[in-house]
Amino acid sequence: MSEPAVRARGLSRRFGEVLAVDNIDLDIPHGQIFGFLGPNGSGKTTTIRVLCGLLTPSSGEVVVLGQRIPAEAEAVRRRIGYMTQQFSLYADLSVEENLQFMGSIQGLGRRARRQRIDELIEQYELGDMRNRRASAMSGGQRQRLALAAATIHRPDLLFLDEPTSAVDPENRRDFWEKLFDLLESGTSILVSTHYMDEAERCHRLAILDHGRLRLEGSPEELMGALDNRVVEIDGRDLRKVKNAALALPRVLSAAQQGLRLRVLLEEGEEDPCAYLRSALDGQALEIGSARPSLEDVFVAATLPDSEDAA
Amino acid sequence: MNSFIRIGSVTGKEFKHLARDRLTLGMIVMLPLIQLLLFGYAINTVVRGIPVGVVDMSNSAAGRIITEQIRVTQVVSIDQHFDTPAQARDAIIAGRIRAALVLPEDLTHRIANGATVGQWMVDGSDTMVGSALLGLRQMPLKLEAGAPSGAYQAVPPSFEIALFFNPERRSQVNIVPGLTAVILTMTMILFTSVALVREREQGNMEMLITTPIHPLELMVGKLVPYIFVGILQISIIIGLGWSVFDVAFFGDYLNLAVITLSFIAASLTLGLLISTQAKTQMQAMQMTVFVLLPSILLSGFMFPYDAMPTVAQYIAEVLPATHFVRLIRGVYLRDAQLGQLAPDILWLLGFTVVMLTVATLRFQKTLD
Repeated sequence: MSEPAVRARGLSRRFGEVLAVDNIDLDIPHGQIFGFLGPNGSGKTTTIRVLCGLLTPSSGEVVVLGQRIPAEAEAVRRRIGYMTQQFSLYADLSVEENLQFMGSIQGLGRRARRQRIDELIEQYELGDMRNRRASAMSGGQRQRLALAAATIHRPDLLFLDEPTSAVDPENRRDFWEKLFDLLESGTSILVSTHYMDEAERCHRLAILDHGRLRLEGSPEELMGALDNRVVEIDGRDLRKVKNAALALPRVLSAAQQGLRLRVLLEEGEEDPCAYLRSALDGQALEIGSARPSLEDVFVAATLPDSEDAA
Repeated sequence: MNSFIRIGSVTGKEFKHLARDRLTLGMIVMLPLIQLLLFGYAINTVVRGIPVGVVDMSNSAAGRIITEQIRVTQVVSIDQHFDTPAQARDAIIAGRIRAALVLPEDLTHRIANGATVGQWMVDGSDTMVGSALLGLRQMPLKLEAGAPSGAYQAVPPSFEIALFFNPERRSQVNIVPGLTAVILTMTMILFTSVALVREREQGNMEMLITTPIHPLELMVGKLVPYIFVGILQISIIIGLGWSVFDVAFFGDYLNLAVITLSFIAASLTLGLLISTQAKTQMQAMQMTVFVLLPSILLSGFMFPYDAMPTVAQYIAEVLPATHFVRLIRGVYLRDAQLGQLAPDILWLLGFTVVMLTVATLRFQKTLD
């Protein structure tokens, strides 16, 4: 399809003095899982809310599924699903009652609803808690119920706002499997997260920080761009080494991971290992280049000085 | 000593909570202020200016003197004149006047004979009004001026009093129907405001507004159950009033249904408006209290409307409960018909439409 699922140009949203989303351009293609990666307060939730038509953009142009937002938001509501950050179904209703309610709000007929609910309960493994109230369910079960409810009308585009923040790693894995199933059945997905492992599963990523779009690309592209800029140092007195490294002009960040110190350097250093070895006077240190991770990408993208560069 | 420090830190924190919660802060100041003003100014148990009518069939100078002397007591304000006692009775049933003084054709003759000179027809459904009018039974009327010669009597003329609707002057007869207004005000406004605010507070609203549901659909859908709650409550009050307090229902059930539904609608939409304003369930409850207090004190449920100063009467007119207290006493005790009560019913319906419109306009389908 030529028209992307979501297109935004110059999207900004202001809350009083605070610019929560600052002049973002986005093209989210169909048939992919697109990730928003960013720390808390980076504007992920605000952006998703604007795209869903929950918030009016302060400026900029937004087209979702071919409809202009917010003017044509009503027309798009039938075709999108939204899973909120907090559980937003009814705690005092059972699994089946919640799904019945959402199904009828979404305009499913009685028979279609019946059939769809059976399908969802099967798909999301909620069979043995059909009549259990949502308040008595675990975090992972509730998450599956929320996903089932958000997709009951088979939306073309699904928004998930930090869907797994209250879920343990194993349930998170299962949850992502469900997302890939949904993708296969034709639903494009936009998901926000602050977990690196989740971000790595996305087809494309947008890294947000302080309301700005810092970087965009596939995880591989983003990590590839940092080749030859990440160095690992092994040795004694790593806390001291860290402070020494941070004082160096070409070092962007240094953080200890277990027994090693991971150092991120500025772009354009021919041989980062040699640079560090000489700069740190590192006879006793073992210095070697490392494969960039998504966390490195994230750190590089959200550094305070990159704000001036951006 | 440690204990004191800990208590002190909790106290300090609590003061900060109080200072930062503007509505609670408002309540701390406004509650005593409003209560004091209401009780001090608005509530007056010495009843003055009760609206009454006069049926002077004697059409005599003595009749006009008696009317004038009653007027100057200021206990009543003589608003209307009727030709026949039947017309006066209708006006009482409709609630336009509280009592009517009937002066018979042979008034002059009766004065001369020292007989009872006339009759007060009194709406006894409000016991306080009834008591005030009972005080007029023995009035030191002076009839020298303008009275026919030889008509002077040493015995001051007296009136016969006919207490309608509540001849035993039992307060339950006054309280039970009025209580429906207070209870419905409390529950209808509170339930709806809290129910809608809860959707927002718990995040359900965020999900609901991304679905195709229309705000009006959501509101109407949420209000419908409370109509049944209201009907259930009024049935309980009437049932208990009849079985325990022996307050019989004299009216027409269809009329009762019409006025009750009008009042429920008005209260629900007021609750709706509060829900668009309140951010938390606690705030919704606090705002409800601000409506509830004047509804109890000014609606005529506790203290006679007629005895309140004009400003308080204006405030009372705005409250749906005031109109419903009139309506329910009319239907319940006097078997008033809808046509006679039309102004109050129309007012409630108009209130409903206005509130619903404002609430719908205020409830936008965004989180902005």
